[in-house]
Amino acid sequence: MKVLVCISNVPDTTTKVKFTDNNTKFDSNGVQWVINPWDELALTRALELKDNSASGIQSVTVAHVGPATAEPTIRKALAIGADSAIRVNIEPTDAYQVAAQIAEVVKSEGFDVVLCGIESSDFNGSTVGSMIAEFLDYPSVSAVSGLNFENGQSVITREIDGGKETVSVPAPFVAVVQKGIAKEPRIAAMRGIMQARTKPIKVVEPAAVDALTEVVSFEPPQPRAKCVFIDAENPAELIAKLQNEAKVI
Amino acid sequence: MSVLVFTENWDGKFKKLSFEIVSYASKVAEMLGTTATALSIGNVADDELTKLGNYGAKKIINLKNDALNILDSQAYTAAIAEIAKNEDAKVIVVANNNMGKSIAPRLSVRLKAAIGSGVSKLPVSTEPFVVYKRAYSGNAFANVALKSEVKILTLMQNSFDIVETANEATIEAGSVSIDGGMVKTQVKDVQKQTGKLLLTDAEIVVSGGRGMKSADNWAPLEELANVLGAATACSRPVSDEGWRPHEEHTGQTGKIVAPNLYFAIGISGATQHLAGVSASKYIVAINTDKDAPIFEAAQYGIVGDAAKVLPKLVEAVKEAKAK
Repeated sequence: MKVLVCISNVPDTTTKVKFTDNNTKFDSNGVQWVINPWDELALTRALELKDNSASGIQSVTVAHVGPATAEPTIRKALAIGADSAIRVNIEPTDAYQVAAQIAEVVKSEGFDVVLCGIESSDFNGSTVGSMIAEFLDYPSVSAVSGLNFENGQSVITREIDGGKETVSVPAPFVAVVQKGIAKEPRIAAMRGIMQARTKPIKVVEPAAVDALTEVVSFEPPQPRAKCVFIDAENPAELIAKLQNEAKVI
Repeated sequence: MSVLVFTENWDGKFKKLSFEIVSYASKVAEMLGTTATALSIGNVADDELTKLGNYGAKKIINLKNDALNILDSQAYTAAIAEIAKNEDAKVIVVANNNMGKSIAPRLSVRLKAAIGSGVSKLPVSTEPFVVYKRAYSGNAFANVALKSEVKILTLMQNSFDIVETANEATIEAGSVSIDGGMVKTQVKDVQKQTGKLLLTDAEIVVSGGRGMKSADNWAPLEELANVLGAATACSRPVSDEGWRPHEEHTGQTGKIVAPNLYFAIGISGATQHLAGVSASKYIVAINTDKDAPIFEAAQYGIVGDAAKVLPKLVEAVKEAKAK
């Protein structure tokens, strides 16, 4: 089976978020770009499955929708262990447009399993994975915290509101994964970094798809009031404030 | 024209989240000069369905279909899309929870409807249709224009106040042309969390970090949660160490929560943690380091050791509740 892991290129999570052009564009000046944390976990799980021959996974490819400036992030995914990469050469504008491009890649290359992280840490949409599935009319499972294969069948743990379910869907399918799918992201070793230099990144031109949404402007979060300190010896004062001032208990 | 709101049920019962999204959908309908229709899927008794009317739904569609007994994203998408077309829905409101996230994006593609995901407020405007949503993991917010004729909004839990109104809703039986043949998901096993308040439902959350020092020190934190009627949570290092189960991890890569009150105990307040909890209405921080970044996010703070402060807090809550 062939696995496709979709990766988003996002600002490092410690980035100080700023905007330019009248608060309509993210200020990428001096920003470190990384693989979106959930996508990194998805890639890690895909590689763990490939390492275990009983899973039936033979190859792991990563796909990214974005311009050539994202190639260092794609190389990182190859260094971690992906076998090959596909980049759709277009500026990502919204989830619908990105999902449509990935769906085209899946149609032309053929994958049995498509993995996506639950959300990207920049747009926080939680939408691309399930959108890909609908474009392809594939089954999709969301909130996935465990993925295995037994006798060629998928064994998927998904979180439901108030518990967990073990489910199975036939391939080809899309799994939208979250915390728990892999313990820690796999780190690139020196050998992987060397090998990544010669692994292929296939660049494909985009399909004509219009975005359905447009960011009008960004805003900073509302500033919070300054912290009121309370003496560690007098927690009753804190409780009184929570009852009478904040009225939350 | 109408606004359609999908209300999930839990063993035939609605919960606060259901009333929140119906209240929200009713207000959106008001903005558009139309009314809200609630869609319930599964076995829910009429007296439970009637409750949705108290939050502004004018019509309630009671849809029972064996193909929808388990969550299969394709079957649910087909069913909701069909109802949305029958009802001429211009806006579809879904909760931004696990179920909503598995259906709303598929509906978006099927109906070619722009999606405003994780909204926490009413739309900024309806002409053009602009929504306000979290971006950059809580480090910013975005005003996003939805440019299609039909729009989908997924509402963040605990972000919209319930509005009760004097209103009677009509209940209609719904029907859709889907059958069991299209269901590809097989459920092999269900493990329900019973008797415990869900982290995402909780109005108060008591969360512990590395400053708790060991898995053995959680008893006073659990007691505080218990006396407050709160859910327990933890930071990422704590779940990585296995001190607490990963379901309790709040933060960017864990659960995103927005309770009325969040206790951060022995949590330094790294950006990644704040990304998951900054929507809380009040944050109380307890930390030995007075310069810890958590105090910048908190409204109330105590500089001190959790092991010493927690038992005193428990006593203070008990005394306050006894009054």
